[in-house]
Amino acid sequence: MKSKDRNYFKILRAGINTTYQDLGRNNLYHIGIPFSGAMDKRNFQLLNSLLQNDYNSPVIEFAYQGPHLKYFGKDIFFCISGNVSFKIITKEGVIDGNSYQCYLLKNGDEVDIHSTNKSVYGYFSINGTFGVDYYWGSCSINTQAQIGPNNGNKFSKDLEIEIIDINNSFNKRKLDYLGSTIENIRVIKGTNYDYFSESSQNKFFKESFKITKLSDRMGMRLEGPKIENIVDPNIKSEGLVKGVIQITSAGDPIIMLSDHGTIGGYPKIATVISADYDRLVQLTPGSNIKFKDVSLEDAETLYKLYQMETNNIISQIK
Amino acid sequence: MIKNILNLGDAALYCDFGSDVNQEINSNVIKYFYHIKKLNLKGITNLTPSYNKLIISYDLNIHSFLSLKKKIENIEIKENNKLEKNLIEIPVCCDNNFALDIKRVENKLKLKSEIILEKFFSKNYFCYMTGFVAGMPFLGDLEKDMRLKRLETPRVKVPKGSVGITEQFCNIYTFETPGGWNILGNTPQNIFDTFNQSNPNLVNPGDTIKFYRITLDQYNEIKR
Repeated sequence: MKSKDRNYFKILRAGINTTYQDLGRNNLYHIGIPFSGAMDKRNFQLLNSLLQNDYNSPVIEFAYQGPHLKYFGKDIFFCISGNVSFKIITKEGVIDGNSYQCYLLKNGDEVDIHSTNKSVYGYFSINGTFGVDYYWGSCSINTQAQIGPNNGNKFSKDLEIEIIDINNSFNKRKLDYLGSTIENIRVIKGTNYDYFSESSQNKFFKESFKITKLSDRMGMRLEGPKIENIVDPNIKSEGLVKGVIQITSAGDPIIMLSDHGTIGGYPKIATVISADYDRLVQLTPGSNIKFKDVSLEDAETLYKLYQMETNNIISQIK
Repeated sequence: MIKNILNLGDAALYCDFGSDVNQEINSNVIKYFYHIKKLNLKGITNLTPSYNKLIISYDLNIHSFLSLKKKIENIEIKENNKLEKNLIEIPVCCDNNFALDIKRVENKLKLKSEIILEKFFSKNYFCYMTGFVAGMPFLGDLEKDMRLKRLETPRVKVPKGSVGITEQFCNIYTFETPGGWNILGNTPQNIFDTFNQSNPNLVNPGDTIKFYRITLDQYNEIKR
């Protein structure tokens, strides 16, 4: 490709943990590869809908501090989802951008994504397609197993993000959406619930837990009342799933997230319901959470309602 | 052969094959795993076989717990269904630079290092499962006098290729990762190949592994 025909972003600052993500990869747990994919699927879906991209198009996910990007090429639109502070730097000046709103970028313009506000993950994409390689049908970067584009590594300074396709019939769109947050995380009791003393079972649901700094795309470690194991601090190693809460030998809960190890040997006290996962991963270290027990039937209904709500938000894009 | 099916959260079936860890129970898990995998059921998003459990993750938009449970319960697997088994030979170098825990193992087992290694290399091992990190095989079983616990404090970084033992099992670290197994050596062989997407794992559940010992020169030769 001749350089004058190229459309690309140059990374001036990479941010803390910036990666390509899509819906992730299925059916690889048995060889030790987790789902990965965008942590907050709702914000992923909203972004691709706003940009009129295919529902599984690659986006750039960032955590806390995002990237600072400089654009080279023909006119393009970009959009950011999540609760994010960012600036758009053009020849005319600098403006503060709003999430869920599309902006035009011209050759030489910059987007500086300062931070996510009271949340962890944000998403950036364009009305087009990033040039990414696919591994097992997904471009999601899993830095732990070094799988995905960019040799499975997070973005670094000076990386160039190629754009292979721009949707020229795109019309600027926006959405008035404030996001939604939760403090009570709804869970279903786990397969080893009876490994824990009755008083600890009560504490698990009555007292609050603090999210520690030892939290990333693999897992979220919590701190609070110690959960007392009265059977065995270990089980025979077995499969894990997204959202499952294990209790470590030290008595602390750890919640498995999208890049988690596929098998583990700690007892499972509970599992976060699918409807609450997107909002769980957005909780920042230092936040306090409480667990609320729901039945399997309720969890299934709550997931359907959550999906309906997402579709309703998408229908309000104009 | 499945004793009981529970739910693990709202999007996975937890199929229990028993509480013991042995090759008979595990072979049943693996048979179910391959059988269900082959059925290619719509809405199944992951299958995770382990020693004595099989976890089936599914898309909540397509299945509910009760409907999928019924489907799985109705699956019939013939007892004489033979497992496909491969014999895989893997070179291991036990040079002092690689055998990180040989002294500890000597002390705990009260055996000389040469005896430990002789015993370790004299057996074939069965692959119960792969996972935790991509491609890591969980192999067994070690002789009774070769069994010891994990390190009291796990290493923050176990080098890639390390071959370790704990309890009745051995494994190979396919990536540099934290871990607490007792490391006896290192293999120059790549066990997980990201670029071979149709078959990235050298070792799969049900396979048999034969380790053979190589010198440091041979190790470097293969590594080159």
